[in-house]
Amino acid sequence: MIENRPFLTFISHAVMWLGVLLVAFPLYLAFVASTHLPQDIVQAPMPLLPGAHLWESYQAALFGTGPLAGDKPPVAHMMIVSFVTAMVIALGKIAISLLSAFAVVYFRFPLRTLCFWAIFVTLMLPVEVRILPTYKVVADLGMLNSYAGLTIPLIASATATFLFRQFFLTVPDELAEAARMDGAGPMRFFKDILLPLSKTSMAALFVIQFIYGWNQYLWPLLATTSESMYPIVLGIRSMLGSSGESMVAWNLVMATAILAMIPPAIVVILMQKWFVKGLVDTEK
Amino acid sequence: MEKRVVFQARWLPWLLLLPQLAVIGVFFFWPAAQALIQSVQTEDPFGLRREFAGLQNFERLWQSESYLASFKTTALFSALVAFFGIAIALALATFADRILRGATAYRTLLILPYAVAPVVAGVLWMFMFSPSIGVLSWLLTQMGFDWNHLIHSGHAMALIVMAAVWKQISYNFLFFLAGLQSVPKSLIEAAAIDGAGPWRRFWSIQFPLLSPTTFFLLVINVVYAFFDTFAIVDATTQGGPGQSTNILVYKVYHDGFKNLDLGGSAAQSVVLMVIVIALTVVQFRYVEKKVNY
Repeated sequence: MIENRPFLTFISHAVMWLGVLLVAFPLYLAFVASTHLPQDIVQAPMPLLPGAHLWESYQAALFGTGPLAGDKPPVAHMMIVSFVTAMVIALGKIAISLLSAFAVVYFRFPLRTLCFWAIFVTLMLPVEVRILPTYKVVADLGMLNSYAGLTIPLIASATATFLFRQFFLTVPDELAEAARMDGAGPMRFFKDILLPLSKTSMAALFVIQFIYGWNQYLWPLLATTSESMYPIVLGIRSMLGSSGESMVAWNLVMATAILAMIPPAIVVILMQKWFVKGLVDTEK
Repeated sequence: MEKRVVFQARWLPWLLLLPQLAVIGVFFFWPAAQALIQSVQTEDPFGLRREFAGLQNFERLWQSESYLASFKTTALFSALVAFFGIAIALALATFADRILRGATAYRTLLILPYAVAPVVAGVLWMFMFSPSIGVLSWLLTQMGFDWNHLIHSGHAMALIVMAAVWKQISYNFLFFLAGLQSVPKSLIEAAAIDGAGPWRRFWSIQFPLLSPTTFFLLVINVVYAFFDTFAIVDATTQGGPGQSTNILVYKVYHDGFKNLDLGGSAAQSVVLMVIVIALTVVQFRYVEKKVNY
């Protein structure tokens, strides 16, 4: 603090409260809606305090059982799909990026620079710019409606490769030299020295990539046609359907929305330190 | 920068690169090449015949009013998202930087939207502004304002901008906070001793020193608005009413999958590719040179 200005400190806190209100109000409202009966929600204005139907709503949304159950498929299975997808994408990205970064940093071979650039250029080819042909490739390979189809096309990562490359370049040469003197082969060096050193970067990347995988929307929309392979974010969309707004079971939609937020929110909050580091590092 | 110490092996590096190269080859380069090829071909809807058509698909795009309108919509949308996202986050970060007590609690709450999926963000905002049941639209009606994003295109645009900005604030906030915390304290103290108040100090010291961060965020936010907001649009307005929120990414999906216009969709993909490449180049030129005073 440079000078003591009580009024300015007060204003600062007021602005932060306003910001928190802006950020938290939609989340709060979703939670409130998930604890009421649908007929209470559609009567504007809806109640602003939590209601008494929390358990029934979540039971209905998660398992499709209980007094409030609708005709929508249970969300529990979608959460498993989302979780498996997000984990495979996050861990897969980290694994294949570690390997390729190791290859381009610690070996000399023809076309090395070209390989690196080929990986790097994929930054400029997000799914959105090659929607149809990618869909066609996955369909031809028979990977629609499978975990392979949901994850493998998203597993390449230019940012992760770049991050690990930058990190490996800062690892002292003496370590590799010492390992070589002691007769360790490249894979031994990778496993026993590089991997333990990269733990921090791996944790940081994991947070970012888990959220990325969990929140994927466009790709699953293309790659899945059967509801049994829907991740939860698609499930929400299908619950809204195209029916009129008063027909929507808002309590279940909002319970699903809350359920869809909980896993990534937990990852962000528990791993906040890694998250901030990962965010800042991957953009360097 | 290169390693002095390297390992000798002939096939091992290729083996290590194989998974990554296989994935990008099959799912990135091959489809991108297909998009390029299809963009200069025309195909009948059953996929039976294909003919070389030169730049016909592109010409059709430039003559199509709905495509040009979509371009304008996207430009307006990304400008609004970038401006509000950056302005709100900067204001929050500047005040957060002053706060000593409770800063962590504020930060934890403010980064929550980052974890929220775009489609969920869209659903939450649509729920609040739904003309029939929304809390905020009810409030607006009480105040004499007739909110209906299903009818008024301006309201629909405002809705997707709010949802997109809400989701992006966390990201911008974290970068601004990191930027502000790296501004040397001595500069601010010196200015304070010279009698500059907080307002003056912000505009003459902190804001100029943040310009690399601001510029970086500007690019990132435009990329975000262009490419990562598909789910928000799909959940809230689905491009409507009319075409008023039909952003380019939504249109390319719609024309390809719903209208099965393969050539047109491929041409749109190529245009989008050019845009991403341009934005990426801008971003990396900035990384090398940094905007500096």
